[in-house]
Amino acid sequence: MNWFVIYPEIFLLIMACLVALLDLWSQDPLRQRAYLTTLMTLAALALWHAIVAVNDMQGTAFGGMVVLDTMGSWLKSAASLALLVTLVYAKPYAQSRDMLRGSEMFSLSLLALLGMFVMMSGNHLLLLYMGLELLTLCSYALVALRRDDLSASEAAMKYFVLGAMASGFMLYGMSMMYGATGTLELPALAAQLSLGQADSRVLALGVVFVVAGLAFKLGAVPFHMWVPDVYEGAPTAVTLMLAAAPKLAAFALAMRLLVAGFLPLAMDWQPMLALLAVMSLLVGNLAAIAQRSLKRMLAFSTISHVGFLLLGLVAGVSVQGGAEQAVQAYSASMFYALTYVLTTLATFGVMLLLSREGFESDQLEDFAGLNQRSPWLAGAMAACMFSLAGVPPLVGFYAKFAVLQAVLGSHTPFALALVLFALAMSLVGAFYYLRLIKIMYFDAPSQTQAPNPGVGARVTLTLNVAAMLVLGLLPSGLFALCTQAMVSLLV
Amino acid sequence: MGALSLAIWAPIVSGCLVLALGQKASVQRVQQVASWLALLSMLALVPMMWQFTPGVAGMQLQEQVPWIERFAVTYHLGVDGISFWLILLTAFTTWVVVLSVGHGVSERLHQYLGAFLVLSGLMIGVFCAIDGLLFYIFFEATLIPMYLIIGVWGGPNRIYAAFKFFLYTLAGSLLMLAAVIYLYNASGGSFNLGVWANLPLSRSVQTALFFAFLAAFAVKVPMWPVHTWLPDVHVEAPTGGSAVLAAIMLKLGAYGFLRFSLPIAPDASQSWAWLMLALSLVAVVYVGLVALVQTDMKKLVAYSSVAHMGFVTLGFFVFAPLGMSGAVVQMIAHGFVSAAMFLCIGVLYDRTHSRDIASYGGVVNTMPRFAAFAVLFAMANSGLPGTAGFVGEWMVILAAVKANFWLGLGAASALVLGAAYTLWMVKRVVFGAVANPTVAKLTDLTSREAVVLTLLALAVLAMGVYPKPFTDIIDPSVAELLMHVAKGKLL
Repeated sequence: MNWFVIYPEIFLLIMACLVALLDLWSQDPLRQRAYLTTLMTLAALALWHAIVAVNDMQGTAFGGMVVLDTMGSWLKSAASLALLVTLVYAKPYAQSRDMLRGSEMFSLSLLALLGMFVMMSGNHLLLLYMGLELLTLCSYALVALRRDDLSASEAAMKYFVLGAMASGFMLYGMSMMYGATGTLELPALAAQLSLGQADSRVLALGVVFVVAGLAFKLGAVPFHMWVPDVYEGAPTAVTLMLAAAPKLAAFALAMRLLVAGFLPLAMDWQPMLALLAVMSLLVGNLAAIAQRSLKRMLAFSTISHVGFLLLGLVAGVSVQGGAEQAVQAYSASMFYALTYVLTTLATFGVMLLLSREGFESDQLEDFAGLNQRSPWLAGAMAACMFSLAGVPPLVGFYAKFAVLQAVLGSHTPFALALVLFALAMSLVGAFYYLRLIKIMYFDAPSQTQAPNPGVGARVTLTLNVAAMLVLGLLPSGLFALCTQAMVSLLV
Repeated sequence: MGALSLAIWAPIVSGCLVLALGQKASVQRVQQVASWLALLSMLALVPMMWQFTPGVAGMQLQEQVPWIERFAVTYHLGVDGISFWLILLTAFTTWVVVLSVGHGVSERLHQYLGAFLVLSGLMIGVFCAIDGLLFYIFFEATLIPMYLIIGVWGGPNRIYAAFKFFLYTLAGSLLMLAAVIYLYNASGGSFNLGVWANLPLSRSVQTALFFAFLAAFAVKVPMWPVHTWLPDVHVEAPTGGSAVLAAIMLKLGAYGFLRFSLPIAPDASQSWAWLMLALSLVAVVYVGLVALVQTDMKKLVAYSSVAHMGFVTLGFFVFAPLGMSGAVVQMIAHGFVSAAMFLCIGVLYDRTHSRDIASYGGVVNTMPRFAAFAVLFAMANSGLPGTAGFVGEWMVILAAVKANFWLGLGAASALVLGAAYTLWMVKRVVFGAVANPTVAKLTDLTSREAVVLTLLALAVLAMGVYPKPFTDIIDPSVAELLMHVAKGKLL
């Protein structure tokens, strides 16, 4: 038994329980002890996984149910780091809104991270499902953390109902896969499928349900309706928790299920993903234009970015390309996911730093004339917007470029049409990102109070934006990392 | 660090330094620091001028560093006869513009001047890049500072203008991005412009690429009928923004034709030359007529820019050494002259806050020194022998007549039209009796304005009297390009 593989998960579970218990003896309204314990846990996890990934350690445990590979390690490292940054931004916000009581925010987010870890390294249908459930159950509770806030409760309810349905879809699809092949383990499943003896109708139906469940979790059109409502209703700090790290977990889940497991069925899921991608790009970008709430706008923008992410997955499977093309395409998607999370963290970070007691700063007009109140925050937000719009030399450009290159290189039917469509949609997207910059830079300020965020959050935001800018100038290292991760998964 | 890297990064770093001065620095101090840094950035070109060997056709002072290994993108710079003067023009214009900013802009001056310096570095980057993706990144990145310059410091309708500028140019360049990615895949994974130029391509592919590049560059030049953004933007942009836009940014598009369209799709360029010539003639004649009826000085000069740039594209597509050299000379001459025209308008606008021709008359009576400069630049704009405006136009007309008499006749009509709209404007603004009390109260040039206009006047006269240094450097590179185009590279 190779316990080494799941040391971090065990450690994380212990720490999550510990943080919950610590609160019993805590009188501190700021929950400083729980907060710092959580941060140190996350930092340790990020470091651990980075070391494991750099040394390219591989292995399996529990009879192959859990797998340790470079993709999983890098994603876990990034997710831990993302959650750490999220919590630093979230702390002052949560503090002023009485969300720290019971330290539940910390223990729940650690448990959610445990769910993400399981999704990232599960090699077994049921285990992946369990990870997903752990993540989503914690997310429901996090959204409802301000229990006396009406819109948060409404968002939690919506999220729960729709999320439960999606989980049902996915479980149903998995049961069909099990019925057709008689196994739940992904490698065995892939081997069974490539024999081609299972009933293809049952398999096709199973893939449809699994993809639908995945699309729900990713927030791809037409399974996206919960995204804007939950983003808007949840407290901004929790919105960031949903928007950042879980995207990496959803990406890992898609990779494990579709690529590691159902690759022989690619002819079934590839067109579905292409359709989801096209619709997400279209609806996400067009609907974002009409939003007045920044959180809703970012929700629709997320939907459009999921479209790009899916395009990369679509491009991985091609007749001529083989393994090299697959590595190119999937690593482009992974690059997209990582840089998207990095940018999202900074975007919400600015929102959280701007909000103060009794003022949410989640409407577009709250940003009017920000450049005159705080050139530094406005500059950070502008960098995020240009990056999301895909304007070089910001990091978002390379992500879009890599995905489009993979699509065009895949020689799939309609590759050129897909690329041109995606380009047209990024032009539409540029409009609403530019509008926020216009509001910050060109409009007169609606309020005069200069924002005064705490030191920790300020330093973190600076580092976050600096990471974006440095990656914009030197994206090579991150590309190499993603390629290495995909090579470990596929070869 | 190589000479070209120094040329690119000196202004960008200077721009960041000026930005770092912050809001608290006084206007005078910001102005002083920025002027000196702009001068230093121009002096940073001395190593390039020193090491450059005139009379050599190919790329010189090459620097090549691997940049994004994943896509074989290299930080690959080089300068040849075509880009040499454009780089000098960029640094010179930026210095002049930074010097010229007087009391027109006082709000957030450090951001304004910082943006110009950064923009200057990015534009020099466009002229130096000989890696396809690097070129694209610089080309697109120039949109960011210009968008902010127009939107923050522009006129009443600045927001419309800023969006129109950004989205129009982005729409064009996205198609170019698709073409760049296609070429990368088709060339087996290279972004080297030299490799692309020697890559055999079928006629249909060349045609598609030609039109994709045309979309990007025609918008930027701008060619009729996609020129409509230019007058709107010029009217709203602040004086410095207009000067840089007309003097350099338009040249980025024309330069793109020489680096992308002609070398990569030579056969398509030849078979579609008739279209390019037709569009250029329309720009020269029709837009010239449109300029004649303008009542707004800036709009008039904007339309005159479109007409002059029509000359440039006309010179490219007659495929004769004289025509193409003339076009490049015209690009540089128009850089000096249009910057001077916009700065002259700025001098008047700063005093009266009107760009309307009708609100002036008899300015010579109150501003004799200004009138002298205005008349000189107007003469240059209408192509008087002895000024910079004459040389390029003359060469292009000669080449056009040689190719086809009627083409030459059409092109030559520009001289008549150019003289008509420019001199008529000067007559109405400068000469005659003092028209109204506002004009009567005008004060003549300040010493700062006089220095700025003198610098430009010297450049205009020097180039007009002794253009040999320009043509000596330009000719070999143009001859080589034409040989490459004549050879063709059909599959």
